[in-house]
Amino acid sequence: MIRTIDIEKSFGENHVLKGITTEFHDGKPNLIIGASGAGKTVLLKLLIGLFTPTSGQVFYDDTNIFELNKKELRQIRMKIGMLFQGNALFDSLTVGENIRFPMDMFTRRTAKEKQMRVDECLEMVNMEGINDRYPSEVSGGMQKRVGIARAMVLEPKYLFCDEPNSGLDPQTSILIDELICELTNRNNITTVINTHDMNSVMGIGDNILLMKHGHVAWRGDKSQVLESDNETLEDFIFASPFLQRLREDALKLRNRERG
Amino acid sequence: MLINTFLYHFGQYVLLLKSAVAKPERFSMYYKETIRQMDAIGVGSVFIVILISMFIGMVTAVQFADQLGDSFVPTYYIGYIVRDITIIEMAPTITCLVLAGKVGSNLAAEIGGMRQKEHIDAMEIMGVNTAAYLIMPKLVAAVFVIPLLVAISAFVSIIGGYVATVLPGSLSHTEYVLGLRSYFVPRYVFMMFVKASVFAFLLTSVSCYLGYYVKGGSIELGEASTNAVVVSNVLILLFDFIIALLLT
Repeated sequence: MIRTIDIEKSFGENHVLKGITTEFHDGKPNLIIGASGAGKTVLLKLLIGLFTPTSGQVFYDDTNIFELNKKELRQIRMKIGMLFQGNALFDSLTVGENIRFPMDMFTRRTAKEKQMRVDECLEMVNMEGINDRYPSEVSGGMQKRVGIARAMVLEPKYLFCDEPNSGLDPQTSILIDELICELTNRNNITTVINTHDMNSVMGIGDNILLMKHGHVAWRGDKSQVLESDNETLEDFIFASPFLQRLREDALKLRNRERG
Repeated sequence: MLINTFLYHFGQYVLLLKSAVAKPERFSMYYKETIRQMDAIGVGSVFIVILISMFIGMVTAVQFADQLGDSFVPTYYIGYIVRDITIIEMAPTITCLVLAGKVGSNLAAEIGGMRQKEHIDAMEIMGVNTAAYLIMPKLVAAVFVIPLLVAISAFVSIIGGYVATVLPGSLSHTEYVLGLRSYFVPRYVFMMFVKASVFAFLLTSVSCYLGYYVKGGSIELGEASTNAVVVSNVLILLFDFIIALLLT
């Protein structure tokens, strides 16, 4: 489990995070949602220690990562997998080499064992047989899957995904969400997803944190979204008239079912 | 203000170098990367170094031949002058100034591009010491390979002097070779390698530093690349003077 306690972050005069206290649970996807500029990416980067907070603490189980020295922090990071918004696949390496990179760097496995694990990870994301292709030779959706395979290769305890659906069509987005959800459940990892994709919220939102102007504006799960009267949530999720109508219809249907 | 900026960058540069000197996570990965960099810096630059050195030697020889033409200085001195001026100054300094343009800008752009595409963040999150993995192999490769390029440059430059004076008949083969073999001071070769190593370290570390901390988009990346060349060149000239003072 990951916990944050009263996290604040400022960049000069710009006060981005204003006292975030929350928990991200094991074995289910934890979503951070919010409009652009709400502070989602800054929070995510703080969680993985790429930024240091102005004040506050981030605990991985019982360890405050900001009290660790560089070496200890690297030990924690070896338990982290991360899927970046732009995938961050190394252009000069093939797909297979990209996935193998963390193993080359941190394990003493033989070449055969590494190859088996690469194949296993590619199979896990339904991308068998593309080992020798370069990232530029595969589609955006495939790159996301390769990114997930690389993030999972060392069997992480924590998985972070920054906008996993950005630039993808709705169908591929749903597949990526389902894949992340399945891996999270199967491996019982703590997954934190930064997104503003409506499908993700309603599909895999088991623990949702809505942010606005650096504050937590709402928290709950996907089953509470439809019935919530939180204005910020309504403005964010049901932004278009079409979605507002859809919500009204869904609520009517539910009330009818309940009699 | 200028002093503050200088001290800020100098401090950050020293801290980056301190982080870069660390025990490798996996020696074989660093070794592979070092070999790759040796190929990129060494083999990738050998043609331009030969071309430039040839012309440096030719121009030096022709100009000295012209200046000594009506004097009482023996003509074999042309070989002697070309040899010493090449070894002491031209080969290390001009080669490294050229390499600052070619290799330095390339390193700053490569590392800066990795920063912008979040490759460095991705490695950090994997637990890689990015300062060490991205900078140390480049430093080791450059400090090993650039002195070799400088030695090649000195050799080619001397051949250039021969081509420009002996082939047209301004000087005989015997005179040029006699000049080359006269008054040889081995310490100058040592000085050449000291300069080459120091310049290699400067141009690589400064370029890596400017690339590693690049912020913003393509314009900033271009600026970092340009600054890598400008700052490396200034430092090479400054340290050329300092080494000359210390070793002569």
